[in-house]
Amino acid sequence: MSVFSLLRHALRHHAGWTQTWRSPEPQAAYDTVIIGGGGHGLATAYHMARQYGIGRVAVLEKGWLGGGNTGRNTAVIRANYLREESIRFHVRSLQLWNELSHALDYNVMFSPRGQIDLIRTWGKLRDLRRRAAIMARHGVAYDIITPAEIRVRVPGIDIGAPGARAPGEGGKRFPVLAGAWHPEAGIARHDAVAWAYARAADTLGVDIIQNCEVTGLRRDGRRVTSVETTRGEIGCARVGVAVAGHAGVLAGMAGFRLPVETWPLVAFVSEPLKPVLDTCINCPQTHVYVNQSDKGELVIGGGPDPYRGHAQRGEWETVEAVTRALLDLFPQWGRVKLLRQWAGMIDVAYDTSPILSRSPLDNLFLSVGWGSGGFKAIPAGGEAFARLIATGEPDDLTAPFRLDRFREGRPLFETASASARG
Amino acid sequence: MLLPCPHCGRRPVAEFRYGGEDGAGRLRGDKVLDGDALANSLYGFDNPKGVSPEWWQHVAGCRAWFRLTRDTATDRVLGGGP
Repeated sequence: MSVFSLLRHALRHHAGWTQTWRSPEPQAAYDTVIIGGGGHGLATAYHMARQYGIGRVAVLEKGWLGGGNTGRNTAVIRANYLREESIRFHVRSLQLWNELSHALDYNVMFSPRGQIDLIRTWGKLRDLRRRAAIMARHGVAYDIITPAEIRVRVPGIDIGAPGARAPGEGGKRFPVLAGAWHPEAGIARHDAVAWAYARAADTLGVDIIQNCEVTGLRRDGRRVTSVETTRGEIGCARVGVAVAGHAGVLAGMAGFRLPVETWPLVAFVSEPLKPVLDTCINCPQTHVYVNQSDKGELVIGGGPDPYRGHAQRGEWETVEAVTRALLDLFPQWGRVKLLRQWAGMIDVAYDTSPILSRSPLDNLFLSVGWGSGGFKAIPAGGEAFARLIATGEPDDLTAPFRLDRFREGRPLFETASASARG
Repeated sequence: MLLPCPHCGRRPVAEFRYGGEDGAGRLRGDKVLDGDALANSLYGFDNPKGVSPEWWQHVAGCRAWFRLTRDTATDRVLGGGP
């Protein structure tokens, strides 16, 4: 796709565009069936077809591509985690994000605009200094900056009057004491990520089957022999589960339990504004993050709801709390209208780290429990999951995310996530 | 969402704390468990999309703990219990 092909199509009155991917009827059987046509499922299918080429691959999606939680997040991409295991993995993902539009020949609108984490207590400053030291070991900048630097970088932000250092000073109950600047963070267009992987996978022969909900898994001992769907039974040699919000449902069909709970994570967008914010702002202590999309909408999110569930609307109490936290930082946005509000479903593992792993069944593999970090993990997650399904062995980056860690009593507690256990 | 506290009646959800899926995260009985069975009882959840028993506490009211049956897909409360 180039500007010249766009021009050529324009001169032909846009009558010559072809379908971006096929919509084939499901075949009787595939070598690999991937359940879930979101970013992770599509990226996995793409890498399966491109790097491993082991037979026919199908992606089953119960709705439409990217219409699940790939399209219900706030599109933030970052690598400032706590654990070395998480940081290493997300640094790889950031590398892939930077190359993604070229690799897939599709503009995913990756915009590495950086993120500032706002720090409001001395304890939090100590925590972020520690994370900065770990991240520096892995080659990612995460620099502590002063309130004066924040004011220059983000005009219009209200973080307390200059010099405020204690609770109650500078017109703030908790004035901002410092920031942590993560220059390689950014956002991308989430629909385009799903479409880009779908087109690339389809070109390589992957069957993407939409409106095809999995209703059961047929088993013979410890092997899945076929997948029952709303569009008939589909035989399979291997199954990859790449779902969000339904990990418990799929595990129930497979006959085991997972250390995963589903929580709603609210998000909302404002009406489009002129450019007012050219970076991502995150305040982990008041639970709000905000960025401005290329359309001009403010994309706003916070922490998960106070109780688990699968209702996709989110709790009103959370919306109010996030809005209060946002207006504390940007009081001038008090009259901005909100356009849409929804909740994404996040599958949170007991230790808030993902599960990219073999399962209790021999030929069923899991890429679940990505919590509030699923979107940013798509490129590296798809790459690693394809390898796991194709070879049966994880790579070094994702080996720590195996399900067995719970049996071994070695959970991998991650706190630098919107869904971390309080 | 309004939740039925056994003492205070129907009150807004903001007054309550979610206490987890009933039966998850605790060991029952005197059977000695190990391996997968132990991990499953300590860390596993049924996490169904649908009706599920839960624990709640009325933290901003009488502070009682109580069981509740809720449909997690619709947030409809189907029954409370002591």
